[in-house]
Amino acid sequence: MLRKNTTPGKLIIVEGIDGSGKSTQIDLLNKWLHSQGRSVYFSEWNSSALVKSTTKRAKKRKLFTPTTFSLLQCTDFADRWENRIFPMLKAGVIVLADRYAFTAFGRDVARGVDREWVRNLYSFAMQPDIALYFRVPLDVAVTRITSARAKLKYYEAGMDLKISESRIESFKRFQERILNEYDKMVNEFNLTVIDGDLTVQAQQRLVREIVKQELEGWEGLPKPEGHPYVTLQSEINAAKGGG
Amino acid sequence: MMSDAIFYGAGFPYRENGDLPGKLIVLEGSDGVGRSTQTQLLRRWLEDEGFAVSDTGLRRSEMTQKGLEKARMGHTLSRITMSLFYATDFADRLENQIIPALQAGFIVLSDRYMYSIMARDIVRGADPEWSHQVYGFALKPDMVLYLRADVTDLVSRLIHGRGLNYWEAGMDIHPSNNLYDSFIEYQSELILMFDQFAKEYGFVTVDAGRPVMEVFADLQTHIRNLLEDQQSIFEEDF
Repeated sequence: MLRKNTTPGKLIIVEGIDGSGKSTQIDLLNKWLHSQGRSVYFSEWNSSALVKSTTKRAKKRKLFTPTTFSLLQCTDFADRWENRIFPMLKAGVIVLADRYAFTAFGRDVARGVDREWVRNLYSFAMQPDIALYFRVPLDVAVTRITSARAKLKYYEAGMDLKISESRIESFKRFQERILNEYDKMVNEFNLTVIDGDLTVQAQQRLVREIVKQELEGWEGLPKPEGHPYVTLQSEINAAKGGG
Repeated sequence: MMSDAIFYGAGFPYRENGDLPGKLIVLEGSDGVGRSTQTQLLRRWLEDEGFAVSDTGLRRSEMTQKGLEKARMGHTLSRITMSLFYATDFADRLENQIIPALQAGFIVLSDRYMYSIMARDIVRGADPEWSHQVYGFALKPDMVLYLRADVTDLVSRLIHGRGLNYWEAGMDIHPSNNLYDSFIEYQSELILMFDQFAKEYGFVTVDAGRPVMEVFADLQTHIRNLLEDQQSIFEEDF
């Protein structure tokens, strides 16, 4: 269990295996909320400038073990949490996160770390107000990923698990384990399941409906006068490319 | 008989650690208490005795060293982020240096262990239970030698040595104070934590407020006892 969000802000996150379509959906949601005049901050998994060089180095030299992988990604999350997400929530902003602690609970456990241990690691984080889980059948996700990408990366394909010599086979088996973990988390963390097999538009309609309900009667941080659209765009750029 | 790996929590569930014929000996204690000097003396002595020795200390992991140094320089580490960055460094060294060395029968001398990191985190406001559980992957050392000195001893050593520094004075949590007052306050809190850990984790406390060679002689006695135990158990097997 994660502690309750006691800030004036709203935390909305998306989860799902690679190729589930969650990033497309949160991007559309982000643009829609901006156009509604809301103060929104977007945060992406694994994007802290502080940890970036270490992650890059460890991936390149294949230095990760399941434990250090888990710890470094949590360091990345902690940096974003302490310096961006939490202050933004305190200010009354809508924070959108593409992947959240549940990604770690899925992937790290699929890699073999202890389930309770990784849950404790992230216990400083708060339960989102809305946690959307985009569920797609394994073969759909695999087809989407393998047709869109030239080559699967080593850790992305779970090659460190030594399940299979073939990247595609390894990727499938790794994602399958993650899928099982997600399914167990639906009740544990009250994830809202969205059928990722629906059309993009149909999914977005559902997403907006859920968000609209959550925001009903809620004010949040007002935007200053004369800032029509991209108030926090510089923040987004800094989070993505900085450092 | 060799010693089985014992962890504080779940350890590394995905890997077989098997028997660890080596010995893990940790030196803990405050900044400026003389840990590195003693580590060097012990290493030389143990090698003279014919043991293979490997030493390690905080922030020496191949993976995190550069990034962690950079982050410390910029003073941009928030509390939880810093805890986890150090935990990553520690886990990397444990899995990739310490455990392999123990498997190969080395005596590993560790200048500090997770206790130092936990003490610093808790003094900075981390939940002790959280901290304890994060280090559930940590291997239980065969012996923890706690070099204990009062804060006044530490000041005098550092002022006549390498001087006081920002992190050792806890300036990140006492920013309004000057370096001296901050050092006293921060290090006193750490000593209290170490004293508490000494009971919880069963440290061997050694009075470090004495001349280097006297402290060294004490450490030798404790280590000799540890290694003799191993010897006698070893002989019983035959």
